Amino acid sequence: MSQYRICPDSGLYFDRAGESLMKANAVAGAVALLVGGILALLVGLTRWPSVHLLGASDFYMVLTAHGINALIFWIIFFEMAILYFASSSLLRCRLATPRWAWLGFLLMIIGAVMTNVAIFQGNSSVMMTSYAPMEAAPHFYLGMILFAVGALIGCFVFLGTLVIAKEEKTYEGSIPLVTFGALTACIIAVFTIASGAIILIPSFLWSVGIIGQIDALMYRVIWWGLGHSSQQINVAAHVSVWYAVAAIAFGAKPMSEKVSRTAFLLYIFFLQLASAHHILADPGVSSTWKIFNTSYAMYLAVLASMIHGLTVPGSIEVAQRKKGLTNGLFEWLRKAPWGNPVFSGVFLSIVTFGFIGGITGVVMGTEQINLIIHNTFYVPGHFHATVVLGTTLTFMALTYFLIPVLFRREMIMPGLAKWQPYLFGGGMTILSLFMMGAGTLGVPRRHWDVGFAQAAEMGLKFEFPGSAEMMLGLVGIGTVLACLGGAIFLLITVGSLLFGKKIEKSAGLLQSFGLPLAASCYTSEKPEPVKGPAADLEEHGSSGFEAPGTFVLALVLLVTFVVYYFINWKYLSSVWPMG
Amino acid sequence: MSAILPPSESIWWKTPVGKEEIVWIIIALVWCLIMFAMMPIWHIYGKQNLSNEAYKTTPVQYEAKVNAMTKQHTVRTQSVGGVDIPVVAPPAGSDVYMLARLWSWYPMLELKKGETYRLHLSSLDWQHGFSLQPININLQIVPEYEMVTTITPDTTGEFTIVCNEYCGILHHTMIGKIYVTE
Repeated sequence: MSQYRICPDSGLYFDRAGESLMKANAVAGAVALLVGGILALLVGLTRWPSVHLLGASDFYMVLTAHGINALIFWIIFFEMAILYFASSSLLRCRLATPRWAWLGFLLMIIGAVMTNVAIFQGNSSVMMTSYAPMEAAPHFYLGMILFAVGALIGCFVFLGTLVIAKEEKTYEGSIPLVTFGALTACIIAVFTIASGAIILIPSFLWSVGIIGQIDALMYRVIWWGLGHSSQQINVAAHVSVWYAVAAIAFGAKPMSEKVSRTAFLLYIFFLQLASAHHILADPGVSSTWKIFNTSYAMYLAVLASMIHGLTVPGSIEVAQRKKGLTNGLFEWLRKAPWGNPVFSGVFLSIVTFGFIGGITGVVMGTEQINLIIHNTFYVPGHFHATVVLGTTLTFMALTYFLIPVLFRREMIMPGLAKWQPYLFGGGMTILSLFMMGAGTLGVPRRHWDVGFAQAAEMGLKFEFPGSAEMMLGLVGIGTVLACLGGAIFLLITVGSLLFGKKIEKSAGLLQSFGLPLAASCYTSEKPEPVKGPAADLEEHGSSGFEAPGTFVLALVLLVTFVVYYFINWKYLSSVWPMG
Repeated sequence: MSAILPPSESIWWKTPVGKEEIVWIIIALVWCLIMFAMMPIWHIYGKQNLSNEAYKTTPVQYEAKVNAMTKQHTVRTQSVGGVDIPVVAPPAGSDVYMLARLWSWYPMLELKKGETYRLHLSSLDWQHGFSLQPININLQIVPEYEMVTTITPDTTGEFTIVCNEYCGILHHTMIGKIYVTE
C-alpha cells in the first residue's frame, strides 16, 4: 500500500496509517458526543422546574455520565485526531509507531466503556469530580485510568512524529503555528495526565480497600491539577484549530508568529497550578497561596487568551482586506462567508468564548468574588461557554472541513449545515447566560430539586425568587435548542460518512494552499519538505493599523470585561461582612 | 501563507510584531495587573474576605465541640420531620459551631444583627457546600478540616443554608437555618 494519500482539494498529505487513526478517533469522539448529548437533554429537562423529567437517583447518575462523556471522552478522542493531523499531515511525515497509537486507542475505548458501565450500574453517581471520601465502584476509577493511559500513549506518538519529522527533514525551519499549538496542548496533557495518575491510582486502590483513606482536601488540590489543566488542553487545541481554519478558509497568515507562539508558551508556563481557583472557597489553604496561584501576580495565561482573541480575527481581517474588502471598519467581517459552517462555527466560538466564557472565568476565579459564585449554577454556566461554545463548537466546525478532506465524502444536507452552528451556538449561549443568571441568585449546581419539596415536607421551607425559576426554564429551552443543533450535527456527519457521495478526485470543494499536487492521489515517495512562504517583511512596520476593525472589537471586549468585573465587586460588597 | 505552514522566518522569535498587537498587549497586561492588585487591596479595604484560619480535626472531636455549644446555648427547638432540632443562640463574639452531615446542617443558629461571630464549619462525613441564601455566600466544607470565619450578619430575618456540593442521593433535601434578630 502506498504510504501517503494526497488530498487533491486541500493539497494535504495523509499518512495512511495516521489517516485511519484520525478517522477512528474522530468517530469514537462522535459516539461519545452522541451519548453525552442525549444525557445533556435528560439533565436539561430535569432541571427545567416545570418539566422535572427524571427522578433524583437517575438524575445524579445521568449527570455524572453526561459530564464524563461530553467533557472528557468526546473531546479527548477528537483531540487525538487533531494531534495526529497536526503532526503527520501538516509536517508531511509518517506517523510514529502506529501500532502503539492503536493500542492507545484501544485502551481509551476500553476505559470509556468501563467507566460508563460503572456509572450506569448505578453505584458510581459521584459526578465527574468524584470527590473523596464519596466512593465510586473500582472500575469507575480503573476505566478513567485506562483512558488516560491511552491518551498518554497518543501524546507520545505525537511527540515521536515530531522527532521523526525533524530527523527526516520533512519540513524546513520551524514547525507550523498550528502544530506548535498542538504541541502546547500535548505538553499540558502530559502534565495533566500525571496529576490524574497521582490522584486516580490511589483512589482506585482506596476503592478496592488497599489504601485506608484519602484526604479530601489533598484530593481536591491534585484532582484539579487534572480537572482544570485538561480544560487548558482544550483551549490550546481549539485555539490551534481557530488558526487552522483562518488559514484554510481565508489563506490568513498569522499577524505575528512571535506573538502567537509566545502566547501559546504563556499557556504552558502559567496555566498549570491555576487549578488553584477551584480551591478558593476551601479551608486550609491560605489567601496568599490562593491569590498567587490563581494569577501568578499577572494573569499571564489570561493575557495569552486575550492575545489570541485579537490575533485570530485580526489575521482574518488582514487577509480579507488584502482581497479588497477595505471599506470602513467591518466590511471584511460583513462579507465573511457566514453561510459556511466551518467559518461561522469558529467565529461564533471565538466571540462567545471570549465574551462569555473568558470574562466570567476570570471573574469567578478572583479570590473574594468566588465567595458569591462557588458551586452555584453560575459555574456550569461559565464552563458551558468555555468548553462547549469554545471547544465543542470549534471541533464541530472543523468536522465540516474533515468530511471532504479526511473522509472523502460530500456533505449531505449542506443547507441544514449552514444553520447548525447558529442553532447550536445560540442554544448554548442562552443556556450559559441563564445558568449564570440563576447562579447569581444563588441556585446551586448539581441539584435535583431547587424547589426543595422534600425538605418542605419535613418542615424546612425555602424558595428561590420567582425570577430564578424563570431563568431555569430558559436554561431548559436553551438545552433543547442546543441538543437539536447537536443532533443535526451528528445527523449530517454520520449521514455524510454513510450516504454522502464518495469523492474520487478533486471536486473543487476547497481552495488549495498553492501547493503543487502530485498527479496521483496516492504516493509512496518521500514528499517534498514543507516550506514556509517567502518572507514579506514590508507588511509590517507600517504606520497604520493592519486590523483596525478587530482592534475595535477587542476594545469592546475589554470594556465589557472591566465593567462586569467591577459589577461583581459591587455585588460582593453587599453581602454580610466576613473574614 | 498560513498558520499550517512553517513560518517564513526559520527562527520565529525574530518575526516582526504589528502595531496593534503591541498596543493590545500593553493594554491587556495593565488590566491583568489591575485585576491582580484588586485581590490584596480587597484584603486591606474590603469587608468580605475568605478566612485564613483552619484546623485539622476529626468527626468525633468536631461533633463534641458542636454538642458542647448546643448544650449550653439552646433557646428552643424546631421540629424537622418529627425530630427536634435545637436552635442555638450563642453570645455575640463567641465561637459558633455548625456541622454538615448526610443530609442535614446542625444545629440551627440564632444570631444578632450587627454582632460578629466566629463561625466554625466542618463535615462529619463527605464534602458539603455551605451556601447561605438569599445572601449568597458560598463555602466549601471539607471533612477533617475545621474552617473558622468571622461573620457579621447585617440583615435580619430567616436565612437558609443550601448544600451546594453534591453529597449523594438526598443532597437536595439538605437545608439548614440561621435566624438573625435585632
